[in-house]
Amino acid sequence: MGDLMIGLYVFVLATLAGREVITKVPPTLHTPLMSGANAVSGIAIVGAIVVAAKADGTLQTVLGIAAIAMATVNVIGGFMVTDRMLAMFRKR
Amino acid sequence: MDTMVEVIYLLSATLFVVGLKRLQSPATARAGNAIAAFAMFLAIVATVVDTEILTWSGILIGVAIGGLVGGITARRVEMTDMPQLVGIFNGFGGAASALVAVAEFLGTPTIGVGTTGVTILIGTAIGGVTFTGSFLAFAKLQGLMTGDPITFPGQNILNALLFLGVLAVGAMTLGAFGGQDPLTMFYVFCGLAMLMGVLLVIPIGGADMPVVISLLNSYSGLAASAAGFVIGNMVLIISGALVGASGLILTQLMCKGMNRSLANVAFGGFGGSANVDRSQIGKRPVKRADAEAVALELGYVNSVVVVPGYGLAVAQAQHELRKVGDLLEERGVDVKYAVHPVAGRMPGHMNVLLAEADVSYDKLYDLEEVNDDFSNTDVVLIVGANDVVNPAARDPESIIAGMPILNVDKARRVIVMKRSLSPGFAGIDNDLFYMDNTLMFFGDAKEQMSELVREVRDLP
Repeated sequence: MGDLMIGLYVFVLATLAGREVITKVPPTLHTPLMSGANAVSGIAIVGAIVVAAKADGTLQTVLGIAAIAMATVNVIGGFMVTDRMLAMFRKR
Repeated sequence: MDTMVEVIYLLSATLFVVGLKRLQSPATARAGNAIAAFAMFLAIVATVVDTEILTWSGILIGVAIGGLVGGITARRVEMTDMPQLVGIFNGFGGAASALVAVAEFLGTPTIGVGTTGVTILIGTAIGGVTFTGSFLAFAKLQGLMTGDPITFPGQNILNALLFLGVLAVGAMTLGAFGGQDPLTMFYVFCGLAMLMGVLLVIPIGGADMPVVISLLNSYSGLAASAAGFVIGNMVLIISGALVGASGLILTQLMCKGMNRSLANVAFGGFGGSANVDRSQIGKRPVKRADAEAVALELGYVNSVVVVPGYGLAVAQAQHELRKVGDLLEERGVDVKYAVHPVAGRMPGHMNVLLAEADVSYDKLYDLEEVNDDFSNTDVVLIVGANDVVNPAARDPESIIAGMPILNVDKARRVIVMKRSLSPGFAGIDNDLFYMDNTLMFFGDAKEQMSELVREVRDLP
């Protein structure tokens, strides 16, 4: 079985797992869910580091650094703003 | 060493799922977010260990800039502006994923027809669409351009042609037809993908924006997954899939909340200015009440359900509303807040605004949880909501037929706090305003709620 097929298996199963977990998130938390998911999609930073590290030439280096910067906005900004929101949900 | 790195990636992917699972309750959600952040940290550490990094300077500069921008934005953003924030963050995520694919292509421009090439093109296309689509959505929500749908004749035909063009140029990039310069074709491909993102978002506007934001959220995940296929990294594939699933679920819920299909949202050009006869709107007589009368209605009953709409957030009257609720509770009134799925500008937006105003989360009720309670409710207080409480949704002839609504007209007394009798996004009149048991409480939500706070406080 090739890498692509293994990747597809993983992709489909992860989608189903995500569906199961996220369907049960109450509507009250849908905005933090979205910004949190947004932070998770900042995982592209992993790809950006790999690309930047093996960059060959100026254009690739610039693209790699730009990708790292944008993914970091997602990661730092996403997790921080989600935390800020969730801290507001209090029970009195 | 390789196995060690893979194990850390696996742990990271697992913790993402565990973190998301904690979002199932407000009590555990904050810890869940922290777990997900830790999972991200692990994945980054594993990558840095695994990758032979020759020059750190570029990477550190990227992280410093991104961290600064993200951190400052996250601290400063107003809760009312969350839709824009999520919109632009989606765009950054999509762009980052696209750039990973682009950089891979530039490493081997004569890649030829094969799975690697196709994967790179898919990653570039999804990322590119997410990038421009999200920035356009941001511009619409931020008011940098009109928020209304922009439609023109032949739009759908143009979209179809563009899609075919993307496929053709993609094939040329991989050298399927021979003769074309792959690099030139690839740049054309990138341009067309970004144009697709623009055309995806311009015909959508007004009340449909939550659907677009959710959909682009899903795309940003799929873009990350595609980047994972490009560089052969499982943690990217898994995390991207989780986000893709999340965005898709929210998209479906938003469509359901408006009783419209995704295709209808994407191609319908609804929202903003619908062609409805508005000449009769506001011509019928209504019963009016001032703050004093409203306070008397609210202060001596057993149960009050508050229905907040986006007008409340626009007027920044959440805090005053919460004070009214607190005072009523001190008088022994049972107060609940009923939140419609599309009450804000993104899924769950209204709940965040009420949480910010210090409303306890166990008093926030969803449509399904609360809808059967209205017949046992003494007074419903609607603040700045319109279409989501319009009984016309039960009329099969209406433009909003079948849209799930809060059954507020079943309550013994309905008080509607609104600026005027003007229609909501659907552009139609609301029979609720003219019912026998309805009182209209006109004015600016913030001023009138402050007035109401004083009147309720002064009740004997």
